[in-house]
Amino acid sequence: MSTAEPHSPAPMILEAGRTDRQYWRDVWRYRELFFILAWRDVAVRYKQTMLGIAWAFMRPFLTMVVFTVVFGQLAKLPPGGDVPYAVMVFAGLLPWTLFSSILSDASASVVNNSNLISKVFFPRLLVPMATVMVALIDFAISLTILAGLMIWYGVMPGWQILLLPVFVALTLAAAIGPALWASALVVKYRDFRFVIPFVVQIGLYASPVGFSSTIVPEQWRLLYSLNPMVGIIDGFRWSIIGGASPIYWPGFLISLGAIALIMWVGIAGFRRIERDFADLV
Amino acid sequence: MADTVIRAENLGKKFIIGHRDTRDTMFREAMMRGARNFLRKGRDLVSGRLVVEGDTSEEVWALRDVNFEIRRGELVSIIGHNGAGKTTLLKILSRITEPTLGRVEIRGRVTSLLEVGTGFHPELTGRENVFLNGAILGMTRTEVRNRFDEIVDFSGVRKFIDTPVKRYSVGMYARLAFAVAAHLEAEILVIDEVLAVGDAEFQARCLDRMSEVATSGRTVLFVSHNLAAVTALTRRAIVFRSGQLAFDGPVESALAHYSASFSRAERRDWGRGRQATLISAELLDERGLPTEHFTPGTPLRLHVVLETGGLRGMSLEVVLRNEYNLPVAFYSSNIFNQVPLPGTAGRYECMLSLDSYYLASGEYFFDLQTTMTNVSVDHRVDSAVHFYVDSCSPDGIPYNFKQGQGFGSQAMRLSAPLEFKPLPDGQGR
Repeated sequence: MSTAEPHSPAPMILEAGRTDRQYWRDVWRYRELFFILAWRDVAVRYKQTMLGIAWAFMRPFLTMVVFTVVFGQLAKLPPGGDVPYAVMVFAGLLPWTLFSSILSDASASVVNNSNLISKVFFPRLLVPMATVMVALIDFAISLTILAGLMIWYGVMPGWQILLLPVFVALTLAAAIGPALWASALVVKYRDFRFVIPFVVQIGLYASPVGFSSTIVPEQWRLLYSLNPMVGIIDGFRWSIIGGASPIYWPGFLISLGAIALIMWVGIAGFRRIERDFADLV
Repeated sequence: MADTVIRAENLGKKFIIGHRDTRDTMFREAMMRGARNFLRKGRDLVSGRLVVEGDTSEEVWALRDVNFEIRRGELVSIIGHNGAGKTTLLKILSRITEPTLGRVEIRGRVTSLLEVGTGFHPELTGRENVFLNGAILGMTRTEVRNRFDEIVDFSGVRKFIDTPVKRYSVGMYARLAFAVAAHLEAEILVIDEVLAVGDAEFQARCLDRMSEVATSGRTVLFVSHNLAAVTALTRRAIVFRSGQLAFDGPVESALAHYSASFSRAERRDWGRGRQATLISAELLDERGLPTEHFTPGTPLRLHVVLETGGLRGMSLEVVLRNEYNLPVAFYSSNIFNQVPLPGTAGRYECMLSLDSYYLASGEYFFDLQTTMTNVSVDHRVDSAVHFYVDSCSPDGIPYNFKQGQGFGSQAMRLSAPLEFKPLPDGQGR
């Protein structure tokens, strides 16, 4: 994509099914476009809002307050360990918000960029991936709120905090698979536009966000871990508040397997539909 | 051949489109059809096939058996009617869509401009959009930064470069967008109809810029309805008709071929409307015979045959377009004259006798449409009729006023003699 690139002696060949073979090379060549698209999504996000970037702080903070009141005060769910309920909820809310915003933003992204898709060539993977960057920035902001919260309650993280990046990466892996697949399916069948918000809503209660996964009865825990977010949220809590929230290892491994499978299925599904995007969108 | 940069072999592209069988005459039938279609869509979805809107689906070949070669540095026009396959070909060449059959070999970096301002975001400023658009068109950040001043100067919107483009006028927007496109580095440039924007002065500048690009040794593929630009910029032209390559050769012969294809008996299919269908239309001369030439100052006589289902309040409408595909004039039978289509089903003919215009010389098209007046278009045929104005010399002066001069498509005429009267000094301010 740069002019400095030497004149390729081998001709580029266009025929049915050909794009597949040079796919990952194309993705690499178009990396600069990826950053520009991500930058665009970030730059546009809070334009013409009064509070601007403050929204990135307010949304997770208010959700945390609501959860603390509903689950902690009204439903009186046990916090698990001696950690304040607010910190426990927030440590679960962080990965869930990262996951759900990637899923909902990315799934709409291809259709929202249909004008680009139908007029210019580039690996279509870049469009949903750019929304991941936006979600990551919001995540980083939420992380500072968590830090503030922990200072306020005097909770000190242990050495486990060093593993936090691993769990962030796992969250991305878990989100990217379904997000890519959803974004491609929305192009083909617009029905999925209505399915995704529903999935996100159900998922919030099906994942241990407002409660600790220790309250799930022992005989169901392995099955429960098939939800990849279970292992991830447990891991997050463990790395942030340490021993107060131990990891359930067999479940964690099952979650890891589920993540790998979903990611593979998602990318493959996206690639299969992708080549027809311009004709469908 | 060594310096062949594009070689297309047996290229084909298939689409699947849906049709509706009949009109929804009764609610019950509409419900039945809805249920049937729902089942079929469900079946298609489960089996992974494409879901098509409508009752029956049909395969349409937008391109078929297309073969050609283009050598380095060649400037080639691609012309054809709407739906002849030009845009599909460009989309294949620019990798937006894959061919169903055949293959293309390309040597060199292709940059395609299927529209100007692709990806412009209304909330971003002009400056930000230049970088965004540049990246989308395949420029690197460094390239854009190096040429930024040039781009802004070319566009002439420097004063507003830090204003969000949603505050721009249509003209400013188009100029900034074209300016980015005009500064692309590419070995093979593929351009589709980008000249249909901006005012005459800007269009002239774009044409200049294009001929500059064209003479700098790059390979250019140029798709246009603007036959003046086609002849000015290129020497070779490829004519497409219903998805097939109909002619490939010198631009003059290609234009003759293209024009001739309008008057052929085996005309392209106009399709059907849901309520009223246009059957045929032709321009008549003063003896009432079909013609392709119009003399400014005489009435425009358009003979139209149509079929109506008898829905009341429908209108026959006509848009006159010039060779830049820009609208020149509009007529609506029901809006302007309260003459709707007949309220009884059947086939009708009519003679639209339009007032004389002093049209500039060049080529013109009539788009015809039947509409539910002011609501929606029912049957629309783009470029249904075309004709030439051979010369335009108001009041018989020895001067030919042409479309390509950039002063519009009509010569204005006086309603009273013009006279310059002397004024005493200091008066008339």
